[in-house]
Amino acid sequence: MSGVLVIFEDRAGKISRISWEAVAAGHKLAASLGLPVTAAVIGAATESLAAETASKITGKVIRVEHPLLGQYTADGFTIALHQLIQSESPAYVVFPHTYQVRDYAPALAARLNEVLISDVISIADGPVFTRQLLQGRLSGNYRHTGSGPCLVSVQAGAFRADAAATGSAEISVFTPTIEPAQIRTKPGEPFRGSSQTIDLGSAQLIVSVGRGIKEAENIPLVQALATALGAELAASRPICDNGWLPMERQVGSSGQSVAPKLYLAVGISGAIQHLVGMKASQCVVAINKDPDAPIFEIADYGIVGDLFEVVPALTEAIKAAKQ
Amino acid sequence: MKIIVAIKQVPDRDAQVRIDAHAKWIEESDLQYALNESDAYALEEALQLKEKHGGEVVVVSAGPERVGQTIREALAKGADRAIHIDCDDLGSRDALGVARLLAAAVEPESPDLLLTGLQSEDLGLGQTGVIVAELLNLPHATLILHVEKTDSGLTVKRELEEGWFQTIELPTPAVLTIQSGGNKLRYATLMGIKRAKTKEVRRVTAAELGVEAAPVVLLDRVALPQKQKSTQILPGTPKEAAAALVEKLKFEVRVL
Repeated sequence: MSGVLVIFEDRAGKISRISWEAVAAGHKLAASLGLPVTAAVIGAATESLAAETASKITGKVIRVEHPLLGQYTADGFTIALHQLIQSESPAYVVFPHTYQVRDYAPALAARLNEVLISDVISIADGPVFTRQLLQGRLSGNYRHTGSGPCLVSVQAGAFRADAAATGSAEISVFTPTIEPAQIRTKPGEPFRGSSQTIDLGSAQLIVSVGRGIKEAENIPLVQALATALGAELAASRPICDNGWLPMERQVGSSGQSVAPKLYLAVGISGAIQHLVGMKASQCVVAINKDPDAPIFEIADYGIVGDLFEVVPALTEAIKAAKQ
Repeated sequence: MKIIVAIKQVPDRDAQVRIDAHAKWIEESDLQYALNESDAYALEEALQLKEKHGGEVVVVSAGPERVGQTIREALAKGADRAIHIDCDDLGSRDALGVARLLAAAVEPESPDLLLTGLQSEDLGLGQTGVIVAELLNLPHATLILHVEKTDSGLTVKRELEEGWFQTIELPTPAVLTIQSGGNKLRYATLMGIKRAKTKEVRRVTAAELGVEAAPVVLLDRVALPQKQKSTQILPGTPKEAAAALVEKLKFEVRVL
């Protein structure tokens, strides 16, 4: 077995940003083990994706192409990549940790009698793969002990995409054998949920509220803070799941990604699904009663205390400062 | 429709966690446990499907004795019966090992639908449902918010990233992993709690299922996460801390 195989994903006809992060992780792994890197692009027509990929990596690019791979299905991708891995025998397979990868890579690993080490945030010599546990309260170091290929998916933002090398890789085509009857699910076209009237992505100031607010009746408390600050109000997923704020105000992997000048997190513990949506913020302020809450790992300023006391005091102080 | 829901007992979200003496996992004595949140949504979806179409809801859960409490909770909410895979070594099994236990317990039941949450709050692997589908050779879909029964199978609403969704049609039997927020969760009624006491909980051991722990991935060591930024904690009373923060917002972040 040899080599590091990186599985690329595309969005709207272009290689997605997180794929470049995955290849940066793949390069890191390959360099420490002295292995070559191969990238795979998947689809029904992959010529332009392959050309885009080849300009950025030094190894080779494989176009995994079949008419039945035009639209993503777990069955199609699992069958195709299982055949590719058997043909290439990579020592490592690196995926971007996306909703799509989460949908098929665990099955692909099981078909190889392996287990995907998912949502990895760093790779150390060994290799040792670190991922988060207990919603970010602890981190865990994982090792691969199986005899087959080691499958790893890397979290968005964990590896720097611009660290990816430049190059002119050789391109080849791999045609998997897939029968239409093997595709058991029928996917529809993606659609937007509710009408997106709030663009949190361009907001400069955001006040965001989480589970710590306890009840819907308490939301006006943070609304008042947002108003005083002239900020947009946002929330973590549980708040929107409960219907306390509309889904379009959700920040995180399933909601909007934001990068404001100020992100003020109120009663948000900082589960990874939330952090990926806001860690690009220039300044993060966290108010939380738990000094060990993961949000403090990425906060610039923190207030450890009862938000029901801190938030009204802060609202008043901001109003006074603005006068 | 016969629906099996795979549920997991996890440390309560607000429980204080301490790393154990060997730095292999957390101290489990005195820890409070709860039903994993997305599994609660999977159970809710199953109960609503049963209310609409009839049939049976069976919960299955793997773990030691204490898991019985979470199973009773699910029965109190309305599940008809349960299978408790009794094993003390869940921590030494990887995702494939746990999925093999579940698959072995589920297979003889031949359900029309197997539901589980999209991921657990403790390990957060988000893989179990997908691997069980692979082991049972069933079609699957993940991150599902809504399930509708059709003449030929199911139509489900799948969440994609950044506010996008997708509809997927698939035949039954099938495996779905359920995202939180699709339904409103119910509470157990007093009557439900009473009834749960007489409902069947079948215990089966890993040995009886013929599934050995043979991990290919090892959790070697747990630690406190490394801080990515040095957080400046603003001390004092709420009023003092608020005043200090306003100073920072004004002169350093420059947003006031």
